[in-house]
Parts: sequence; structure tokens; C-alpha cells
Amino acid sequence: MGVTDTIKAPEAGTPIEEPRVRDRADLARQVRLVITFAITLALLVWFALNIENTSVTYVLGERVTVDDKPKELTTTWVSWGAVVVSAVALVLAALNRFPRRWPGALLALLVGITFYLGFLMWAYADQGGAFQAAIANPIPGTMRIATPLVLGALAGCLCERAGVINIAIEGQFLAGAFFASVFTSVAYSSLVFIPVALCAPFGLVGGVIAGVGVAAMLGLFALRYEVNQVVLGVVLVAFASGLTAFLLGQIPGSEKDTFNNPQILEEIRIPGLADIPVLGEALFNQTILVYLMYVSVAVVTFLLFETRWGLRVRSVGEHPKAADTVGIRVNRVRWQAVLLGGVFAGLGGAYYTVGSTGAFDRDVSAGTGFIALAAVIMGRWHPIGATFAAIFFGFMWNLQNQLSFVDKLPVELLGAAPYLATIIAVAGFVGRVRPPAADGEPYVKS
Amino acid sequence: MSETTTTQEPVAPQPKPSPGASRWEAWLPTVKDTLGAIVLALLVGALLIIFSTPRVIESLSYFFSYPWDFFRYAAIAVWDGYSALLDGSLGSPGAIVRTLERAAPLICAGLGVSLAFRAGMFNIGAQGQMLVGGILAGWIGFHFDLPVGLHLLLALLGALVGGAVWGGIAGFLKAQTGAHEVITTIMLNYVGRFLLLYFLAKESFQRPGQENLLSPPVADSASFPSILGVHTGFFVAVLAALLIWWLLERSTWGFEIRAVGANPDAARTAGMSVARVYITAMTVAGMLAGLAVAMQLLGRQDPLGDQIAGTIGFDAITVALLGRATPLGTVLAGLLFGALSSGGLAMQAAAGVPPEMSQVLQALIVLFVAAPALVRGVFRMRDTGQASTVMAKGW
Amino acid sequence: MHLEIRGLTKRFGSFTANDKIDLTIEPGEIHCLLGENGAGKSTLMNMLYGLLDPTEGEILIDEKPVAFASPGDAIAAGIGMVHQHFMLVPVFTVAENVMLGREQTRAMGVLNRPQAAERVRELSERYGLKVDPDRLVEQLPVGVQQRVEIIKALANDAEVLILDEPTAVLTPQEIDELMDIMRELKARGTSIIFITHKLREVKAVGDRITVIRRGKVVGTAAPETSEAELAEMMVGRSVKLKVDKDAAKSGDVVLEARNVTVVDPRGHLVVKDVSFEARAGEVLGIAGVQGNGQTELIKSLLGLLRPAAGEIYLDGRDISHHGPRQSLEDGIGYIPEDRSHDGFVGSFSVRENLVLDLFRHPDYSNGLALDLEAMRKNADHRIEEFDIRTESADAPVSALSGGNQQKVVVAREFSRPLKVLIASQPTRGVDVGSIEFMHKRIIAERDRGTAVIVVSTELDEIFALSDRIAVMYDGRVVGTVSPDIAREDIGLMMAGAHEPAEGGAA
Repeated sequence: MGVTDTIKAPEAGTPIEEPRVRDRADLARQVRLVITFAITLALLVWFALNIENTSVTYVLGERVTVDDKPKELTTTWVSWGAVVVSAVALVLAALNRFPRRWPGALLALLVGITFYLGFLMWAYADQGGAFQAAIANPIPGTMRIATPLVLGALAGCLCERAGVINIAIEGQFLAGAFFASVFTSVAYSSLVFIPVALCAPFGLVGGVIAGVGVAAMLGLFALRYEVNQVVLGVVLVAFASGLTAFLLGQIPGSEKDTFNNPQILEEIRIPGLADIPVLGEALFNQTILVYLMYVSVAVVTFLLFETRWGLRVRSVGEHPKAADTVGIRVNRVRWQAVLLGGVFAGLGGAYYTVGSTGAFDRDVSAGTGFIALAAVIMGRWHPIGATFAAIFFGFMWNLQNQLSFVDKLPVELLGAAPYLATIIAVAGFVGRVRPPAADGEPYVKS
Repeated sequence: MSETTTTQEPVAPQPKPSPGASRWEAWLPTVKDTLGAIVLALLVGALLIIFSTPRVIESLSYFFSYPWDFFRYAAIAVWDGYSALLDGSLGSPGAIVRTLERAAPLICAGLGVSLAFRAGMFNIGAQGQMLVGGILAGWIGFHFDLPVGLHLLLALLGALVGGAVWGGIAGFLKAQTGAHEVITTIMLNYVGRFLLLYFLAKESFQRPGQENLLSPPVADSASFPSILGVHTGFFVAVLAALLIWWLLERSTWGFEIRAVGANPDAARTAGMSVARVYITAMTVAGMLAGLAVAMQLLGRQDPLGDQIAGTIGFDAITVALLGRATPLGTVLAGLLFGALSSGGLAMQAAAGVPPEMSQVLQALIVLFVAAPALVRGVFRMRDTGQASTVMAKGW
Repeated sequence: MHLEIRGLTKRFGSFTANDKIDLTIEPGEIHCLLGENGAGKSTLMNMLYGLLDPTEGEILIDEKPVAFASPGDAIAAGIGMVHQHFMLVPVFTVAENVMLGREQTRAMGVLNRPQAAERVRELSERYGLKVDPDRLVEQLPVGVQQRVEIIKALANDAEVLILDEPTAVLTPQEIDELMDIMRELKARGTSIIFITHKLREVKAVGDRITVIRRGKVVGTAAPETSEAELAEMMVGRSVKLKVDKDAAKSGDVVLEARNVTVVDPRGHLVVKDVSFEARAGEVLGIAGVQGNGQTELIKSLLGLLRPAAGEIYLDGRDISHHGPRQSLEDGIGYIPEDRSHDGFVGSFSVRENLVLDLFRHPDYSNGLALDLEAMRKNADHRIEEFDIRTESADAPVSALSGGNQQKVVVAREFSRPLKVLIASQPTRGVDVGSIEFMHKRIIAERDRGTAVIVVSTELDEIFALSDRIAVMYDGRVVGTVSPDIAREDIGLMMAGAHEPAEGGAA
């Protein structure tokens, strides 16, 4: 055909116009946003219209105290302000002008906060009973409840970034909770080698040991015996639940004080920081466990994304063979990540005994390990994202606790709310997420 | 979910079963592994009993003066525990009836989990599916007065529908939005529990004149009749297993389920609707969980309360895993765990061993079954290199 | 560096993948390893690179025996490897991929990313391998990803570089570039082991050729050896390099794509405004480098992906909104590109896989229950007709060799009346015997009056089968040409050049 000279090299050609096609995913996003904001708006309007007595009371602290007397607030501005915000969001979404990436996230957060406020106005207005509950600061309770969730989610992130699915966070919680209680109780009752003030923090050591213990089982069966990791996780939860309950049952009643009656961690006020209005008391008058949680988030994020070890962890989770071909020992790195994850999960478990109520009870963590797992996925396997997801759960639970004093909504609906919210979040906004590519796959050399 | 699994080198051929091997020969390694796992779990359980029995631990403090005490007490503790376990599960007709009645719901719910496994899904939601099925079945069972037979049928239908809806939601969400069923079924368990609590707080669900969250038991007209002391629900459970076997192995629907479970991409390319398989499989899985709660409500005539499902929904997962997601395996595993469960109570009564021991044993058995290399290593069995995975890897 | 392999053997169970292989690599030579798919080339290289432990034999570097427990040892000894399936982490940047395993760090193991990027820039300048260190690998075209792989190996100061089937993903022009790079490396003293099954490349760049067949070295040859001779050494018998076929008797248009545009699930525009016609009794070849929209285009033809714009007509009927089930029932046969991924269910038996998309047909079920007897008969029949080598019809397909797996897929698709046959990479990864068989069956199907669409990245295959060739680049059909076009011209089109105005001989 002798046409070589007439065929042009690509550089010489003029750029060709791309066909203009509306991407279906983009359309789906718009539809989703419109539906969400339409519901938000409708609810807010309904809330605003259904307030008769526009006066509610609030305090800035976590509860009403002598120093913190309830103050009056008129709902009108708040309710209708919230309506305006979500109306603006709805219009932006309908015109497909809703911002993307972080400005979009910020705007969505703003809508969320105003929705919360609008809902609160309705929930606390027109209370029927003799006792009038006041709106209280949700942050302290949120942070407390979120602490174990965040720690558990960090464990999940570490394991799964390294390619090991960790469904056993709940099991790590239970083991951590039990042994934290035992360590503290034993330390206190023997009083020989540990000062009283350090008994409860000593329990954290027990929690960590137990968390790492369960992690070691996870590592052994997942990495050495290549057991399916989802199966393994479920079985380890059953094992830890059974084992802790069994051991609890083996503690004779007369010995209960020796083994399962721990001191609990005391709140430590950080001078200066704790004096910041609204946030200070909430964030900086907490137990050592909460501070450890703050530090852990930063440490894990830094480790994963800024260090040599983190690069290797992520490489074995994404493409273990590639890591192997540059001389990285895949299973060794995975072991390290799984065991380090055990440290955080064990700390998280300790919350349920020495961090909050004291004595261990059967299944004391009540399935929160699974919530931490959901936080990992909602946070897209990123420690920061998972932390925010965990805080969201903490917030919902705390809201449920606070609203249990107000008889506007059935208590069962409130109880189910955090879980319903998760389903909606996972189904509506997270959908098909991309886990680390090799998550759950044992690495076997050819 | 990853690309790396698909680009396998063509060089390493898998060991092929020799063509002359009979069915039983093919099953032999599985049976051996399972028995080995059970023995190993019992050994670990014995260690746990030994090292948590106060008398045995006390004897350790003077071990070097009287080592015999330690061994004697240890042997007594283990012997007491395990003989009570055996006695309480198989030792008397009453024990056998208890075992069968405890196995029935485990088999049903286990079948539900197995079926979802075969479709490539991990159904952790049997618990919630049972609770929601229980709301309907219980309500129909104790609230209405209907002729014998019809009443039972309607109550049973209620259990199936309730479970089907709850399972179907998870399947629908996975098919439509890709929401992972592990997350949604866990969440639906909690939502189902609160739904049940909501209804239990209603007057129509409570015993007359009482305010605790416990319903009356269902009317006799809505309960399974008994044969030789065993309620016929147990036989319904076995029939369900047969039906599921037929569906999986002989029906076009089962063909699609197995294809989607093993390779959804190939199934889609072959014209199957993966979404429909997810939805139908989870719906039927939910139905089976509903059948499980019917065993409790209509079989044992337990009152409806938030403990109606106990831990059956979670034990069902281990049952399905031990049964390798096959109907026959699930029935056998259900019987085993039913025996462990009824024996566990006897263990507490007779030997003071906490009943959670049976949960520990269950978990250990499944753990060891999942790691055949470990069991073979411990018992020096020949490694046949046969893997026993029942489901896809990864999320 | 002088590298020698002595009596290297690798067995997997009873299967011997490499049998006493001897090989010597002199410093600064390009040593070609020629062999067809499954001959054991990759196994050999994986042993040399420490990924597999040899069953027997030894490796000597400068006359001293060495043992590589892991690739780390091989790297330390100066061996680098560019794998057939790139060993790159897609979500990492180029610099992160290059530094992985020997990271540039500050104190306490904190990554020093600027320094790593600098190293990449330096290497890329020194060897003329253009690449941006800060881009994410998953966003790079495959040709560039390969450069990253080479830089990765060079960053280790590799003295022996193994290139495993490096040309499979490249355009002819990129292949020329790669060969220039190889010559440049050779001039700087690096030895190269070049693994391929393409005779032309071996002759173009090799200093010495070793041919491997069924795990054994069957001989060495000089680059002057003729292609026919090399092919015979490789396969073990004389091979017809050309498919026997008569001129096509083109009939009516059966399948037509009009302005089809496809957006993939990630939101990228992958097929842009593509139109073509497939006629009865004719093979339409779709040529192009991997990843230029061919995969998504044929998926949209079957209904696996719904076109975002445009229509697809079958016999004049709009089928754009049909799902795969309807399309299959309408008479579209489909041989997917990645058969183990989309073509069969590995754990299913041969019998079941042979009816994977037929089980609803009244022949095999009554709508509710499967007819196992009919399935069994069908399996026996197809196994014989297509010479599928399997122990029994009940053996899982995953236990079959690649060529036989492909035969299962092909047998299934050919076992019902077809209007259109879409075959994507029909011979990827199968041995020469199966290739010949597959090509014959495809031409036979054409001669029966079926419209055939063959998608292939192998130009040889496109030339062998096609009556018309549509070339795809960047999601578009840049031209439709007749198969007597010169290789260089089609190469240019595969790189995006448009066909000349008078060139559309179709």
C-alpha cells in the first residue's frame, strides 16, 4: 500500500475532541446527593414546624452542674437556619454544582451539623414530663465512646494495609478487656510491686498482652497455616468470647476481688489545654487511654505513610509479589503489622474494664469490635478516615444516651440508629470501596 | 477481588484425584482432618480445664513435694468435665432428645450460612434474621387462635417471611450498591434486635398482667407435634437440608449460585444475573434462619424474648464452616454442636466447668479444621495437600 | 559478570518444569531464551532470581556457586529482572516503586521522597528512559510502566538484567525503542537475558539463542538461523507460520456499532465514539496495544458494559440495552480475553463448564432441574470433538493446561448456532498446537457464514486471521485497513497515527 509517508505521527495530529458523555457514576452521585438533601430538608422543615414552645435550655458542659446552670435558647433561628443551609445544599446538588473533594466534604459536614442542631431543637422543645432535660455538650461522651473504636480501627487499618483481614477486633477487645481487669485487680490486691495509682495503667499492659496474644493467633493461622481470614476472624471472636467467659466462670466468687475488681483509670486534666472553652474540658480532661488514642492515630498515620516500614507494609498489602521481588520478606512484615495492631486493639479492649466500668462481664464489649471494623471500611482503610468514622459512631451512641432522657422518640429506634446509620453510610455513600489489593490473600511463593 | 489470583502460571498442576477413587476415598482426608481437629480441640480444652481449676492450680504450689496431687487433680477435673459432657449429650434418652432439639436450629441456620457461602457471601446475619422471623412467627403463634395445622403452617410461614426479608435486605444492598454483606448483616443483627425489643414492649406481645420483655409461648395449635419426645421440627430441619442439597446440586438455580460463588465474573459473562443470585440466595438463607427460630418458638415452645436466638445465629457460622458449606456436612456439624451445647450445660451442673467450654471447643474445632496442616502436623498424618477452603478470599 | 547455570532442575510434584538446564551468560551479551508458552522459561528465571528454590543443580557467578534464598540475595548479587506481569504497586508513585526494598531514608527510617525522586530522574536521564517520578503508576500507560520496571532493576546496579516477555505490551515502535535501550545497556557492559517466543525479536537483537522446549534445552542457535528453523526447534516439529484460508465471502452486515462510547466504572472514558460493521463470513480483526479500549468495547458488545452513548445493532435490531444473557441467546458467541477470570469457573467440572451459558436451554434443563445425563453426553461429545485433554469430564477445569482450558471455552461457544463470534485474545498463553487448532476453528466458523470479530494484541495473529483490520488507539478506531498493510504502518496507527485518506481499503 506504500502509504507510509502519508501516515502522520500522533504528535503532528491535532487534538481530537472527546465525546461529551455524562458519566453514570457522576449522575448517580447527583441523584444520591439530591435525595439525601431533599430528605434532610424535609425533615428539618418538619422539625421547625413542629415546635410549639420555642424555648429550650442548654449547657456547655457535659451535664448540668451547680456551676453550669442551664441557659435559655430560642429555637427559631437555629431551626430555620438549618433549613436554609440544607436548602442551599439541595439547590447546589440539583444544579450539579455541589463541590467535590474536601470543600464538598466540608459542606456536607456543615449540613450534617446543622441537621443535628435542627433535630436537637425539635427533640428538646416541648418536653412533656416534669423534668426538663437540657441540651448538653456531646463532645466529651463522644470522645470517650469513640476511644476504643478508634483504637480497634487502627488495629484493623494496620492489619488490612498489610493484607491480613482482621475481623477479630472484637475478640481482641474481649481478651484485652478481661486481662486488663485481671492485671489491675491482681496488682491492686497484692499491692507488692505496683503503687496504687499505677494499678489501673498497669491493667493496660495486660490489655496489650492479650490483644497481641489474639493477634498472634491471627498471624499464626492466617500467615503460617493460610486459613481463610474472614473465617478465622469469626472463629477467633467466638474463641475469645468463649474463653473469657469460661475463665470468668472459673474465678470463684470468693476470689472475685483478687481477679476481677479493678481500679478504673482516673481522668487527667491537662492544664492550659483543658481551659479552652467548649472543647477543652471535652478533649483534655480525659483518662490516659484517651490521650493514648490521640497519639496512636498520629503515630499509625505517620508510620504507614512516612516511614520505610509503612511503605513496606502497604506494598505487601497491595502487591506482595512485587515486594518479594525486591527482597522484602512478605510474611515477616505482615507479622509485624498484625502484632502491632494487637497492641492498639488490646488497649481498646482495656477501655471496657479499667477504662470505664471496672469489672469484666461476659461479652462486655458488646459487638463494638465489629463497629470498629465497619469504621475501617467506612474510613477506606486510612487511619484518619477510620478515626472520623469511629468518632461518628461515638457521636451517634452518645446522642442516643443523651436523648434517652427525652421521650420524643422510641428508645428502640434510638438504639438502632447507629447501626442504621452505618448501613445507610455503607450502602449509600461508601458502596464499592477498594480495599488493599491483596487484602485477605495469603502469600504463597509460586 | 484481586488481579493477582487470576494470572497464575500454567506450570504447576494440581494433584488430581485418581479416576478410580470411590466417593468415600475422596471423603477420607476430610473425615480424618475433622476427627483430628476434634481430638486436638478436646486436648486444648483439657489443658484449659486443668489450668483454670483452682484445686489443680493450688496443687502446683507444692508440685515438687507432691507432684502426684497435680496429676491426680488434673485428671479428675478433665475426666469429670468430659464424662459429664458425654453423659449430658448422649448418655440418656432425655439427653439425646436435648441434643437433637439443640441441633435442629443449628442445622437450619447453618444451612442458611452455608447457602450464602456457596453464593460467595458471608452471612453473619443469621442472628438478626432469626429475631425478625421470630417476631412474626411468635406473634402469629400466640396472638391468634386458629385450627391445628393451619396455625402451625401460618406461624412457620411468618418465620420464613421475616427471615427472608431480613436476609434479602442484605442481598439487595450488596447487589445494588456493593455494600459488603459482612458489614450490613452485622448491623442488621443489631437493628433486628431493637426491632424485636420494640415489639416486645408492646402490650400485645406481653403475657397478660406482666411487663417484662417476654411473650407467652405459642399456642399448642401452632407448635410442632412430638414423636418419641423429639418435636417434629427436627425432621423438618433434616428435610430442609435435603431440599437445599437438591437445590444446590441438581437445580438450575443452584448451578447459578455455585457459579456466582466460585467466579462471579465468569458467571456474569455467561449471562447469569449476579445481582439476582445475591438477592435470592440471601433471601433463602434468611428463610432458613427463620426456620431456625421456628425450631425454638414452635418446636421447644420457648417464649419470644431477646434471648430467643441465644448465640445460635453465630454458632451457625461455625456449623457451616465445620460442615464445609455442604448440606450433609452442616447436618453432621449441627448434631455435633448440638451435642456439645447440651453437654455443656451438664458439664456445669455435674463438674462445675463453665458451659462456655462448649463454645471454646466449637471455636477450636473449626479453627483446627480450617488449618489441616496443623492437625496433620500434630498427629503426623500424611499431608495430602488438599485445601479445604469453602469461600473466596478477600473482601 | 559471568553467570552460569548448571543442571538446574525444578519439579512440582511429579511434574518436571525444568530438566537439567545448562546456560552460560557472558558479560555484555544479549542472550535470548526462546520457547513457547509453558516451556519453562519463566520457571527457570524465577529460580535464577530467587523466587523459586531449584530442586537440583547450581548457579555460579564468576565460577563461584551461589544460592539465592530470596530475590533480595539475587539483587545483591547483581541480578535484576523485569517481570512479564509488572511487579509494580499500582497505588504507589514511580519513585516509591523504585525505592521499595532499598528506601532512601532520613533518621529513624523516615522516607526521603525528594532524594528517591532525584535518583529516578538521574537514572532516567542516564539511560534515556523518560518517566515522571511523582506520577502514580496506575495512571501510566503500560509502555511507561515497563520503563519504570527497567529503572527499578537498574537502580540496583544490575549487571545481569532478565527481561521476561517484555514486548507483549508494546507497539512495534516501542519494541524498537526497547531494543535500542537493550543495545545501549549492552554497550555499557550489562548482560541481558531476553525471554520471548517471538522469532523476529530474537533475530533482531540477540547475540546467542538458547531454545527451551518442555523444560529442556533443545539447542542453541545463532541469530542468523532462519525463522522456520527456530520455530521448528521451539515446537519440535515443522510449524506452518501461516493459517490456510480462502478469501472471505463477505455477506450482509450482522453486527454494527454506531458511535459507541463507554465509560468504565472508575469514570474514565475508555471507548470513544467507535463505529464499525461486522459482516457475515468475514473476520474483522481489532488490533491495538493492550489497554486502548478493546476490552471495554467488546464487553459493551455483549452487554457486560452498557454504552454511555451510541447504539449496537444485531441484524438491524438495537441491542444496546440487552444484558449478556439476551445477547448470548441472540446468537453472539463470546470468548473472553482473560479466560480464567471471565471464561470458566475453575472449581467447576469440565462437564459443568461446557454448559455454563447453556444450562437454561431445554436440552440441558427443564427450567428447574438440570438434566445431568444430557450434560454428561454433551461433555463426552465436546471433549472428543475438540480433543480436550482431561482425565475425565468431572475433573475441575482448573486442573487443565492453559490450552485445554481455552478449548473448553471455545467448545462451549461453538456448540450452539452463532450469528456473531467475538474472540478476544483467543490464543493468549496457549501452546503452538492449540494456536493452530484455534485458528482453524475460527476460520471454519467464518466460512460457515458467522461474522467473526477477533481482538488481539499480537499483530501476527491479526494478520493471520483478519479480512479487515480495525486499529484502536486511546479508545478510538483510528482506521480500518486491509491485512496487506505494511507492519510499520499498522504500528504507527497503533501509536495513534491516522490512516491515510486513500488507505481505508475496507
